[in-house]
Formats: sequence, C-alpha cells, structure tokens
Amino acid sequence: MTSLAEILLALFLLTNLILAGTGRLPQAIRLVAAQGWLVGLLPLVLWSWPTAGTPPLRVWLVALVNALVKGVLLPSLLAYAVRKVQAKRELEPLVSFRLSQIIVFALCVASFVFGKCLHIAEAIASELAIPVAFATMGTGLFLICSRRKAITQVLGFLVFENGITVFGSGILMEYGLVVELGILLDVFVLVFVLGIAIFQINRTFSSLDTDRLNQLGDVHLLHPHHHRHA
Amino acid sequence: MNFLFFILAVVLAPLLPGIVNQTKAFFAGRRGPGFFRLYFDLWKLLRKSCPRSTTSTWLFDLAPAISLAATLVAGMIFPWTLDTATTLSGISAVLFFYLLGTGRFFTVLGALDTGSAFEGMGASREVQFSALVEPIVFVILGFLVLATGQTSLAGLLAGYDAGAWAHHSISLVLAVLAFFAVLLSECCRVPFDDPETHLELTMIHEAMILDNAGPDLAFILYGAAFKMMLLAAFLVALLLPALPLAAPAKAALLLASTLGVAVLVGIVESVIARMRFLKTPQVLSGALMVAILATLLFVLF
Repeated sequence: MTSLAEILLALFLLTNLILAGTGRLPQAIRLVAAQGWLVGLLPLVLWSWPTAGTPPLRVWLVALVNALVKGVLLPSLLAYAVRKVQAKRELEPLVSFRLSQIIVFALCVASFVFGKCLHIAEAIASELAIPVAFATMGTGLFLICSRRKAITQVLGFLVFENGITVFGSGILMEYGLVVELGILLDVFVLVFVLGIAIFQINRTFSSLDTDRLNQLGDVHLLHPHHHRHA
Repeated sequence: MNFLFFILAVVLAPLLPGIVNQTKAFFAGRRGPGFFRLYFDLWKLLRKSCPRSTTSTWLFDLAPAISLAATLVAGMIFPWTLDTATTLSGISAVLFFYLLGTGRFFTVLGALDTGSAFEGMGASREVQFSALVEPIVFVILGFLVLATGQTSLAGLLAGYDAGAWAHHSISLVLAVLAFFAVLLSECCRVPFDDPETHLELTMIHEAMILDNAGPDLAFILYGAAFKMMLLAAFLVALLLPALPLAAPAKAALLLASTLGVAVLVGIVESVIARMRFLKTPQVLSGALMVAILATLLFVLF
C-alpha cells in the first residue's frame, strides 16, 4: 500500500514541475484538477487497510468531498472564468517559465532535505508525505508571487491548499480530515470570491494583470485605454 | 544464447516503426500502411542503385554504414537475456550509450558533408537535442549504479531484486518517465520531432538524410529502427525487477515488451501534438529534473 501512496505523491511532484513550466491556463487548470483528485484519493490510499480494516464513513466522505470540490467544482468554476474573460495564457510572468521550473525543482530538493531532517518518521503514514507537502506548498506560494494574472494566482492558492491537505493526511491527525473540511469551505468561498473579483477586474480594466492594480489612480480611471494592452 | 536473441532483435527491429504507425492509424481511424511496411521498404531500397552527390566526399559515402555498424555493435553488447553471468558482464554501460552516440556523430558528419543548408540545420538540431538528452541518460545511469551497486551494463539492467524494486518503486517510476522522454527524443518521435513531416524546415532527423538514397537510406532507416529497439529494451529492463525466470523466457519477455513500448509511443503520438521547437529544451530540462528527483528520492528515502 505504501508504494501506491508514494506513486501518488510522486505524481504531485510531477504536476508541480509541469505547472511551473506551463503558460496555458486551461492546461494549468487541468493540472490543478488532477491534483485535486490526487488529494481526494490520498487519505484512502494512506489508510492502513490490513490493520485497520475498512475506513469509517467520514474518511470516505472527506475523500469524496475533496475530490469533487477540488477536482471538479473549483476547476470548472475557474475554467468558466477563463472562458468568460477569454484569457488563454499567462503572457508575461514575472519569472520566466523555464526559471520557474528550476525554482520549483530547487524547492522540491530543499523540502526533501528538510523533510529528511525533521525525524518524525514514526508519526506519519508515508515518509514522503511531509517533503511532498512542503514542496507543493512552496510551489503554490511561488506561483502566487511570480505570476501576473489573477487566475494563475488563484491556481497557486489552490496548489498551496493542496499542499496543506497532503500534510494533514500525511501525518494522519485524528480529526485532521474534519478540520480539513472546514478549511475546504473557506477555500471554496475564497475561490468563489476571487472568481467574481476576476470578472470585475476584467470588466473594469479589460486586463487581468494584477500588477497594474498598483498603478490605480484617478488619472488612469479617466483614461481607461491605458490599460488596454494585455 | 545472448547472440541468438540479438539476431532475433535484429529481425524484429523494423516491426517497431510499423507498430507505431499502425497504432496511430488505429487512433485516426485509418487502415494504415501495415505492420511490415518497413521490411518492404528496406527490401526495395536495398535493390536500388546508390546515387551520390559529386560534391560530397568519402565521409558521406561511409557515414550510413558506420552509423549502422555502431548501432549494431551496441545491440551486440546489450544483455538481452538480462543475465549478469554472460560474457558481456564486464562491459560498461557508458560504452553502450557512446556507441549510439558514435552512430549519431557519423550521421551528423554525413549530413554536414553534403553542404546542404537544410541538412546542416537538421544536424544542428539533432546535436542540440542529444546534448540535452545526455545529462538525463547519465543521471539515470547514476541512479542505476546506486540502486544496483554495479557498473557494467548487464549488472545495471539485471541487478535489483524484487524487494528493493517494491521499496524504491517511486524513484523507478520517475526514472522510467525520464527515460521515456529520452527515448522519444532520441528516436525522433513526437513531441520532439515528427517523422512524418514533409516540410524541410520542421524536420530534424529527416532533414539530415535528404541526400541519401538506395542502400544508404536503407541503412539509416534500419539503424533508426534498431536504435528504437535498443532504447525500448533499455526502458523495459530499467522497469523490470530480477525475475525468477530462465534466461530465454526473460529475453522473450523483453523483446515482447519492446513491442508494447512501440504501442505506447504510437498512443503518445496520437494524443499529443509536436511541440514548438523552442519549447523542447524546457521539456528536456524538465525530464532531467525528474531524473535527478528520482536519484535524490532513492538516496534520501
């Protein structure tokens, strides 16, 4: 069972690397949806089937809710937003895609070393869960910092949240999954609000570049076409 | 015994491009050119005369033969039976990849010798890609050396037992993924190169052999098919643990699996498009990172 869980965790690393290197928003959304499914499967795969028997209902429920919300609901909401505002690509990230991939790779390596130094092996279900959780959180934070488009930043936030969930299911907290459900509600509301914010930013400025919000002022509002080259 | 299976691999090699094409045809809903197309093509080309440009030198004349010979020697030292107890046990894995490299080097020299602008461009791209692929290969070889504690090609490919295999399956999956990228790039398949393109500007491998005809072209086509066979066999051997089977059974399994790899390549070609040329270094560097992650995971966990 452990090795199946570890393969799932390895897929997390792969999606992180690809996510850092892609500029296509639909592809990025699909990758985040795939991570959502992985997050949903993880508690079931990490469950020690031979010793503990069939997991209780709440584990099934949390897995299902996680997979549906993070793998279906939020991605389709974001895909809808992308269609609506007709943004296909992240055009000019603050850090180039190739460099972002290298940075995410470095984050993975750093979190491996960090996870190895933690020495909490007896408390966790899989040795890899903690490093992968840190690498995923790092990737999410990095995406939030390094991308200009609001949609990619929301994706970064979702990846960050996926990392937290991996951490939670990795250390097998007693009521971790229930706490996780509460967090999921927050995330859902946040992505919903951000989705609406994306519509509003797009409607007012016809660009999703959050960098340009820094330059907001009366002069710019009087000449809205200053913002019209996204 | 090993030589017997080498002969079998030599016979089976032209089947691989046929399987790839038939898989693509199946996905596209076409009938396809048939599994044995390359055999007929090779037979046709071998009977033709061999016109050569008057401006090219002996390099161009010899390049296809040398490159095929290097690939075949690489096939001879490959442990088809996945046994350490063969006469090949002392041969280093580096030799295997450098023989393949020698084959490519002569194809490139032959292409440059023609003086054609297209062939020079193809040669330049081929060399650029192989320079990006080589680090991946060596990181994977390093991983194998760490995993098996051996340095010979036969030892690397036969070394790990089933227990270690299950324990390190995650590193292994990542290494196999990275090597699959190597295979696609080295065999000039989509998404790195499109073997079916008819536009010289988009060709890589095909652009290098525009001037070759007759038996020379047959050598090159056969060499490419056999190289695919070798890399597919390496990929399968990378994945397989030490099986409690007799040597002939293992070799048969290996050869049958290479046909499966060809199906996989066909599926990949059917579902994704060729990448923009400028995007390939990023994908190959991504594969390098995956290979390094595999090694790190093996060392740390």
